[in-house]
Amino acid sequence: MSVAPPGPRPAVSSARALRMAAPIAVALALVPLVLPPYSSILLAYGLVMAIGALGFNLLLGYTGLLSFGHSAYFGVGAYAVALMVKYLKVTSMELFLVGAIVASIMITALFGVVCVRYTTIFFGILTLALSQVLWSLAFKFFWVTGGTDGLRVPTPSLFGGLVTGAGDKITFMSHAYYYYVLIMFCLCVALMWVIVNSPFGMALQAIRDNETRARFVGVRIWPYRWVAFLVSGVFTGLAGALWVPLNGLTTPDIMHWTFSGEIVFMTVLGGFRSFAGPIVGAVVFNYLKTYAVGYTVYWQLLLGVVLVALVLSLPTGIVGTAGRLLARFQGRS
Amino acid sequence: MSLLVTKDLVKWFGETHAVDHVNFTVKESEVLALIGSNGAGKTTLVNLISGLFRPDEGQIIFRDADVTHQSVHGRIKAGIARSFQLVNLFDQLTALDNVALTIFSRESKIANLVTLAASDSAVWDEAHQILKLFGLEPKARMLAGGVSQGERKLLDVAVAYALRPKLLFLDEPTSGVSTREKAPIMDTVTSVVRSTGISAAIIEHDMDVVFNYSDRIVAMHQGAILADGTPDEIRRNETVTTTLIGTTETR
Amino acid sequence: MDVVLIHVLNSLLYASVLFLIAGGLSLIYGVMRIVNLAHGNLYAFGAFVTAWAVGIVAAGASVPVWLALLPAGALAAAILGAILEPTLLRPFYKRAEEYQLLCTFGLLMILEDVLRFIWGPYPLSASALFESFGSLSVGESIYPTYNFLVIGVGAAAAIFLWAFIYRTKFGVVLRATSQNMRMASALGVNVNRVYVEAFTLGCFMAGLGGAIIVPSQSAVLGMGVDALVLAFIVVVIGGLGSLEGALVGALIVGIVREVGITWFAEIELAVLYLIAALVLLVRPAGLFGRP
Repeated sequence: MSVAPPGPRPAVSSARALRMAAPIAVALALVPLVLPPYSSILLAYGLVMAIGALGFNLLLGYTGLLSFGHSAYFGVGAYAVALMVKYLKVTSMELFLVGAIVASIMITALFGVVCVRYTTIFFGILTLALSQVLWSLAFKFFWVTGGTDGLRVPTPSLFGGLVTGAGDKITFMSHAYYYYVLIMFCLCVALMWVIVNSPFGMALQAIRDNETRARFVGVRIWPYRWVAFLVSGVFTGLAGALWVPLNGLTTPDIMHWTFSGEIVFMTVLGGFRSFAGPIVGAVVFNYLKTYAVGYTVYWQLLLGVVLVALVLSLPTGIVGTAGRLLARFQGRS
Repeated sequence: MSLLVTKDLVKWFGETHAVDHVNFTVKESEVLALIGSNGAGKTTLVNLISGLFRPDEGQIIFRDADVTHQSVHGRIKAGIARSFQLVNLFDQLTALDNVALTIFSRESKIANLVTLAASDSAVWDEAHQILKLFGLEPKARMLAGGVSQGERKLLDVAVAYALRPKLLFLDEPTSGVSTREKAPIMDTVTSVVRSTGISAAIIEHDMDVVFNYSDRIVAMHQGAILADGTPDEIRRNETVTTTLIGTTETR
Repeated sequence: MDVVLIHVLNSLLYASVLFLIAGGLSLIYGVMRIVNLAHGNLYAFGAFVTAWAVGIVAAGASVPVWLALLPAGALAAAILGAILEPTLLRPFYKRAEEYQLLCTFGLLMILEDVLRFIWGPYPLSASALFESFGSLSVGESIYPTYNFLVIGVGAAAAIFLWAFIYRTKFGVVLRATSQNMRMASALGVNVNRVYVEAFTLGCFMAGLGGAIIVPSQSAVLGMGVDALVLAFIVVVIGGLGSLEGALVGALIVGIVREVGITWFAEIELAVLYLIAALVLLVRPAGLFGRP
């Protein structure tokens, strides 16, 4: 029998979450000061992916919809930035983020109208198919998108031009840009926390648990799913926009559905039943993939084995399993 | 004074009349029992009135307004709520959340995604009160999927009640629980309904429950209304006793 | 006129291979309610095995030997399927759909690298067989004779499957299980056995698709993932779980691809996905699907 955590509900729970999150945020802020630049750049990648996975999990964990097309929104964010550089000569990171948000709102609003009518495997296949439309466009319209060569994105200027990337790129990425990503990460986590704990977030969980009953307590299913789809896509689009200066280049690969599979992978790795699951999963996956790719050409095999073993033995992911172990430990002492 | 009137309501399932020209009324502040053997059309009638299905013919008038073509959402706003025969809850939310969500929905607050739900203390207070009314307060923080069957049946009714309806349809509120638990459930449900002056229409198979707790009984058979009267009238009605009660008791 | 005929033949060629892949995917879904994301890799596996057998093992042999080796890929994919279903998929039937999809996604990653591990990163070719068939003149144009064989195999597979499912006892059991697994099980059907047989048959079809197409193309890494996405379009249009749907879907996709490559190459894939999305909007269960 499952029992919700004791104690008066969410008011304190949010405060408790803040108390748990604050030391982690401080630790993350210390990383560039104590670890070599490479570590903080790698961690920045992980935090960016965490924002994307957090967005993805609003659909999977909270609304009960498994999207196999979130690479599209990540790609839309990344390409929005790249195209702003190419055609508008923009260098301001803030404008990039605004552009990415606008672009991902437009695409998710459109895709969402089609997708939210379906659930289960049909939702999955439809999101996959639509993301492949964008992928094939990015791939074929090479005079706009650079085709397989992709588009380069130079170092942006941050905070309305207060911080620029003049000087050493490594230093910029591992310090100024790392902190920029960290701030965005904290903002996104806080915002997502509010969303999933808002009345709207409760309505999404109600839809996930029981669509018919949700209708009969007055929740209109499609509009709510559509908004969830929109919010989810915008978070992932934002992640794409933050990722592209870090990577310096965007190629159609990030739009391909196998990248969507990676987003699903990292979320399940961390555990899609918990708020922190996708964050932990994204950071861990990023290390896992980086080392696997560096270690062997057969990194896909390695990750595939990890994934299969994971779903077979740890279906609640890292966070869920850690929570269970902690509960057992506390129960014993 | 009629709260709800259906006029010649018809629903086909393939070749059969699931609901055959039914003129069904519910008065204000009454507890009505809807009886009939399996397949008599009781649940289909409730599904038509609550908006799960669209009728093929006929009209549904609720508080003098035609709601025949209203959405489920519109009917809830108008004041029609229902529970389900097979318990239909949000199993991964707590009992308290199940009720609170319903209140947020009733108050049109669920579109709000930038405020913590916890900050709206009026809603949580009311949710606690409703759980108390149904004797579920001790289970407030348990997941709805983790409480006993009898508690789930009550919670299902509590969720529908939290919509503050004028008319509450309860589809077999005591099915699937032990005989011992039936009376307490019905005591709780009918006392809540009577104390607030709303109407309830209860689909029920157990004749003891039906005769003990209802003001009026409507008997259905093969999609049509067979009889309509007080418990005493129905008890004396030979058509009902031979076609329905006999079959129900041997069920 | 000849040009039109060539286009028709090319459409049929695509449709044949697509039917084999998508038909297998749809058959497996129809019976087991599982969408196998690694299905495309079984097609690729079939292609690699046949290319290896024909192009390397029997490189100096004659045409009859090559033809005899052609089904090797299909058999290899079937054997692989018969191993994978009981070991990897069976634990997931009672679990949420997400886990099934993730498990097959993991399988996709594994199989992709297994191909790379066995045959290396370079394309594998069996073109000698394709070339040995020469070409036929179709009016004033010429058309590779081997392609007729592919179309023939596709048509034969469709007829064979139809007969198998509607005319044999195994077909009855298969259909009963897909209608109602519990009921079939209660009536004494060994569901585990039906599942492994259906999965093996589905994999055989995918492997056959790879085996017959590989002489005219090459076996390359990544071909499985590309094929899977096209197969998805086919089953979305035709209806997941319906073989008739897979046939009609394959024909539609075959025609649109052929027309697309000729007239709107840039947006050919986009057009296909849009058609799939449109079908889903109008008929959510596909043209032939059960809702």
